[in-house]
Amino acid sequence: MKKIIGKAWKYRDNINTDEIIPAKFLNTSDPKELAQHCMAGIDEGFTKKISLGDIIVGGQNFGCGSSREHAPWAIKEAGISCVIAKTFARIFYRNAINIGLPIIESKEAAEEIQEKDIVEVNLDAGKIINRTKKKEYQITAYPEFMQKLISAGGLLNYISSKMQRGRAKG
Amino acid sequence: MPMTITEKILAAHIGKEAVCPDDFIEARVDIALGNDVTAPIAIREFESFGAKEVFDRDRLVLVPDHYAPNKDIKSAEQCKILRDFARKHKITHYFEIGSMGVEHALLPEQGIVLPGDLIIGADSHTCTYGALGAFSTGIGSTDLAAVMITGKIWFRVPRSIKICFTGELNPWVSGKDLILYTIGKIGVDGALYMSMEFTGPTITALDMDSRFSICNMAIEAGAKNGIIPPDETTLQYVTERAKREYTVYQSDSDAQYHQEYSFKTEEIQPQVALPPLPENSKSVEELEDIVIDQVVIGSCTNGRISDFRQAAKILKGHKVDPRVRLIIIPATQNIYKQAMEEGLFSIFLDAGAVISTPTCGPCLGGYMGVLAAGERALATTNRNFIGRMGHLESEVYLSNPAVAAASAITGKISHPKEVISSIAKEAKKT
Repeated sequence: MKKIIGKAWKYRDNINTDEIIPAKFLNTSDPKELAQHCMAGIDEGFTKKISLGDIIVGGQNFGCGSSREHAPWAIKEAGISCVIAKTFARIFYRNAINIGLPIIESKEAAEEIQEKDIVEVNLDAGKIINRTKKKEYQITAYPEFMQKLISAGGLLNYISSKMQRGRAKG
Repeated sequence: MPMTITEKILAAHIGKEAVCPDDFIEARVDIALGNDVTAPIAIREFESFGAKEVFDRDRLVLVPDHYAPNKDIKSAEQCKILRDFARKHKITHYFEIGSMGVEHALLPEQGIVLPGDLIIGADSHTCTYGALGAFSTGIGSTDLAAVMITGKIWFRVPRSIKICFTGELNPWVSGKDLILYTIGKIGVDGALYMSMEFTGPTITALDMDSRFSICNMAIEAGAKNGIIPPDETTLQYVTERAKREYTVYQSDSDAQYHQEYSFKTEEIQPQVALPPLPENSKSVEELEDIVIDQVVIGSCTNGRISDFRQAAKILKGHKVDPRVRLIIIPATQNIYKQAMEEGLFSIFLDAGAVISTPTCGPCLGGYMGVLAAGERALATTNRNFIGRMGHLESEVYLSNPAVAAASAITGKISHPKEVISSIAKEAKKT
């Protein structure tokens, strides 16, 4: 698993997908174009201030609202390596898992990480490490089915390998 | 094992006797839906996967409704991706403008979605079809691509919340008020990952249009699905539309619920949700004077015929306040025609409203009524997030169509009785 480390950018509860990618940018589905407008509904300077690998830290119900997959695509393509939040809205959660954007529920970490803290996430060890505050948090393991999706690199890769196995057996 | 209606439908779609909350399942899909915003990504993923055929050309529904009729060149290209794909794969239910409607009003009207179905749509308001006693939920574009390839989808079986309404509705209260009130009580994540099952004598007495409004906004409480067990009203609606077999499921009387709520409708007056979240609902009468610039009556929440009848009742013989722009958007061609034939259009036009072709348009700040900085709208739509209808410094308030119509006349958010009683006073004078 790729190493995840970066600066934390912190947001409030109920960040919705209109804030992550406003509808005025939905007349395209090109991830690179979407990435230019990432967080434009809440933080217009977002894409200028972040560096590759940075981490978004949200509160409760992160990604609520519309089902637009443009939201996790914009975040992923903007170079964000992981989203940590207290809780996630369900469509955003499954969209992120499906497209291979690492996403972690941790009430404690989301509460305690401060803006611009340097945070490392080690998915294999199941740990979030706040290097600035020198504090570690255990991540609850994903359910078994979702682990398969994640290790396959997303839903379509999972289906593809399942189909290949099916053909090999047949 | 006793089960809820949601659990029974999910079990039937994996060919098992039972499922339990939190089980991971891979279920068979009856109907899959995409629109001009979400389907282009699904189509791209479908094609890059190397898939040659869709799982069932009769069960994939494509509706260009968000930015159609095309709002600009980029939107035109998104819509073209749908059209080309639909032609190539001979998709039965592709709706070109002229037959197109706002998807969540269109699919039930056309009898495409039926009781007992498992429906997924790459649009969060896909939960609307729960009003038919179906399991129906919003998903993303990659999920849609996977269903287009395999006809199956993964789920975690949701826990269920039961919400029971008793009592008769107060004047000018409809399904929209019941759901705004509920979200106000439980919060925008009050049903996160869960199923919301709406029951009780009040629900039984509601027409289908109100039931669609309720299930439509289950997502605004974070729910996976909203559902109303089918009854005579449901079956009457469905029998004249269904072109295939369907199954009616009911929750067992001893089914397990994670939480139960009971609301008395006597306590529920017409509601308004203040920005920036649908949970900020209050009775209209609690509000101070809130001046508005625009009123939108339409959308997948409240763009059906009974919504326009309600609005017309209020608007008849009145003029829209000169400071207000009133935009009426019937959700489908049939609703449009019916409203016209019933004479509602004359009432709207005489009042000074504009009437748009079916589209999601302004609800998501797409077009056909986008707000400038500092402007405020009252809309019968479903979301009042920051910047939802346009500029980040504009505001959206949510209500039912009667409150929206009354407010268009007064120029501020108003209870319908304010306008109706002024009609009575005028009549007395003459």
